[in-house]
Amino acid sequence: MSESSDSGSASPEAYEAEAADRRLRRRYTVERVFRAAGLLAIAFALSSLFALLGSILYESGAAFTEYSVRLDLDLDAADLDPFGDRSPESLASGNASAVLRRGLAGELPDVTDRSEKRALAELLSVGAQYDLLDFVEAHPDALGSRLEFRALLSDEVDLELRSSRASEVAEMDRKLSDAQLAWIALLDERGRIEKHWNLRFLASGDSRDPELAGVQGAIRGSFLTLLVTLLLSFPVGVAAAIYLEEFAPRNRLTDLIEVNINNLAAVPSIVFGLLGLAVFLNLFGLPRSAPLVGGMVLGLMTLPTVIIAARAALSAVPPSIREAALGVGASPTQAVLHHIVPVALPGILTGTIIGMARALGETAPLLMIGMVAFIVDLPAGPRDPSTVLPVQIYLWAEAPERAFASRTAAAILVLLGFLVTMNSFAVWVRRRFESRV
Amino acid sequence: MIGWLWLGLPLLAAFAFWSGRNRALALTDSDRVEIHSLPAHYGQLVLVWAALPPLLILLVWAAIGGSLVDGWSTATVEASGLLGADQTAALVIADVHSGMSLFDGEDASPAHGVARAAIERARGLFGAGLAVLVAVAGALGLSFARRRITPHLRARNQVEKILGLALMACSIVAILTTIGIVLSLFFEAIRFFRLVSPLDFFFGTEWSPQTALRADQVGSSGSFGAVPVFAGTLLITAIAMSISIPVGLMSAIYLAFYASERMRTWVKPVLEIIAGIPTVVWGSFAALTLGPLIRGFGESVGLDVASESALAAGIAMGVMIIPFVSSLSDDALNAVPRSLREGSLAMGATDSETIRRVILPAALPGIVGAFLLAISRAVGETMIVVMAAGLAANLTANPFAAVTTVTVQIVTLLVGDQEFDSAKTLAAFALGLTLFFATLALNLVALAVVRRYREQYE
Repeated sequence: MSESSDSGSASPEAYEAEAADRRLRRRYTVERVFRAAGLLAIAFALSSLFALLGSILYESGAAFTEYSVRLDLDLDAADLDPFGDRSPESLASGNASAVLRRGLAGELPDVTDRSEKRALAELLSVGAQYDLLDFVEAHPDALGSRLEFRALLSDEVDLELRSSRASEVAEMDRKLSDAQLAWIALLDERGRIEKHWNLRFLASGDSRDPELAGVQGAIRGSFLTLLVTLLLSFPVGVAAAIYLEEFAPRNRLTDLIEVNINNLAAVPSIVFGLLGLAVFLNLFGLPRSAPLVGGMVLGLMTLPTVIIAARAALSAVPPSIREAALGVGASPTQAVLHHIVPVALPGILTGTIIGMARALGETAPLLMIGMVAFIVDLPAGPRDPSTVLPVQIYLWAEAPERAFASRTAAAILVLLGFLVTMNSFAVWVRRRFESRV
Repeated sequence: MIGWLWLGLPLLAAFAFWSGRNRALALTDSDRVEIHSLPAHYGQLVLVWAALPPLLILLVWAAIGGSLVDGWSTATVEASGLLGADQTAALVIADVHSGMSLFDGEDASPAHGVARAAIERARGLFGAGLAVLVAVAGALGLSFARRRITPHLRARNQVEKILGLALMACSIVAILTTIGIVLSLFFEAIRFFRLVSPLDFFFGTEWSPQTALRADQVGSSGSFGAVPVFAGTLLITAIAMSISIPVGLMSAIYLAFYASERMRTWVKPVLEIIAGIPTVVWGSFAALTLGPLIRGFGESVGLDVASESALAAGIAMGVMIIPFVSSLSDDALNAVPRSLREGSLAMGATDSETIRRVILPAALPGIVGAFLLAISRAVGETMIVVMAAGLAANLTANPFAAVTTVTVQIVTLLVGDQEFDSAKTLAAFALGLTLFFATLALNLVALAVVRRYREQYE
């Protein structure tokens, strides 16, 4: 006893001793450092996210506007209506490039040399010819008249007008020659070059020319693919969840199914692509690059997500609802289908939408089944070759032309826009319908 | 023709339901006779009997119809004797399917004309046969089920039994998917291992999966030693983990123990956004922004950095996995009983001492499980490495060098038109099988670790 009272009387001294004070200060320093490390970790994660979003926003700016040059064109009937009958075939096969070249030459009459003229024509995008042909087809009466036309400039000129950095590089190392740069500057000085919104980016399909490339084909492909995914994974997933949660006896088979579902949810997505390649393409002979196959692969991939979300929603339904239904004489099936599933439906829908959003952003399995092809035409049905938004992003990110960098970023913005919409819709569904119970 | 059959199916179903229900209603004789089930149950029963057999027939046709038509047309084309010396029936038929049989509106060869006619005829014949079959099956089912309706028929029990079976069938799709994955990977991998010995594959250090253009070409067989590929995967995974594990764990700790309620409510969803951003976006960020940045930085301090360095891919992947680690660690930390924490604090330990000496050890199994799952995510991640890591299979531990990974090789070997009997394409399936089992093992170990931890506190 005496010993313990000794140590008790000794402790106030130790408590106030210099060493104890130092120890305490060190412990508090460690505490502050630990806390700062936690804050730093969060700051790192958040700033990485903002760096990503910031760089995408910064890069994408150039894709939403385009530059064109105003030219006075003589719409010569001999060039633009080669058959002379103003029929659609005749108007479609007109020589628009000659008309545009004359228009440019009219603007810069000093250029006489053949190769210089060719270099001058290279300032214009191929798209300018298509635009002119479309215009003439829509307004055949304009043939033979002289009017002002906005001709789209090429991607290299577009980049130069945005940054004017080309003059810092030696002429050998850049796409535009000194003469071309001088012409651009001259046209710009005269106020002939103007900037406007690039609606083509949202309205057209893919193209080899960055200034003509658009995401419409990829959006349609994504829509068709997601439709197939939804038709496969929603009914099958919900049915499986209802069975496992409400009807399944506890036995080997249901245990196996459950382990399976949990494992499938963690299988790398590219493995589903290998499955699609080996089974859907090689065994069943379904078409390559088709949204049908892409949707089936993504559907199998999303299935575990839908099942897990639907089971969570079903098990969250209060047991009183089932008991009340059984109490007034409903069969177990009626209790589940008429009472429990409707209550769980908002949760099931939320889970499904989130699964769909994940499928929308998925790329790797689609590479395996050939959805990486370069496809200009807009897909019309689920068996047509097509691509999807994330694959389009991948293709543009790999493209060598510098102007595709802004296309990549803009396509990412479009994709993120869809994802934000879908996720907000899921949140809205949950808030709007879950409050009723 | 077959499209019309599919469209007719819902009509048949609606009619069957209506007729079954009406018959049951007629039996009640204006409520004077009691029937066992609700009228709608009789309708549903007739619907199943009438619509299910045609549906099955149509599904079977969708699976094998194409090859039946092709087989019949192939036989016709071969029998016609119009095949040129350089043509085979299968190729001609494939031309017709891809729309390449017509050349300026004319048949490319006599055989193409025969093939086109044969395919059209086969489609017509088989389609007509199918229509008759579907109609007969539907009519038989309908009349059989209608005739069975009596007041005593336990229609509800039968309908519910059928429904239960259908629900079970849907849940078996998950098993079928797994079996499909394992079998398809397995068979192609076995074909690969017949060409290349498994020893060479798993222990060889030379990876150059070339296929020969000529049989006598030097190195025509290519070499398939996958060790550099595995090493590259491990290097990038290690870089990713060295970012996501400390950052993810520390942010989970801060949010769980230090952050104010307000901070938690807005930081957590923002962290989740990182997980919601598609991997292709992180990939393009790594390739177009991060890669050049690291290269520029390396050059400014005199390092030799490859333009597709392991570091860029690893950093992007690490950041992408942060929310995954942090939310799983958060679950593990929150599962530690409050009493442990309060006991430690009451003894005078500071917050960080409590976390480091009491809560982390208690939550360790869960956190280790989270790390293992994160590693499995990183190993299977594809787009970031495809876009930001290289193709060259270097056996190196230098993070500034270009390395390749399992997923990159799978994509490279399989994208584009490939013959399916070369070792080059089959190698992708061998890599896929390895990847599948590696991630499966990681997941199972993680699950086992977490499960053991659960037993401690519940």
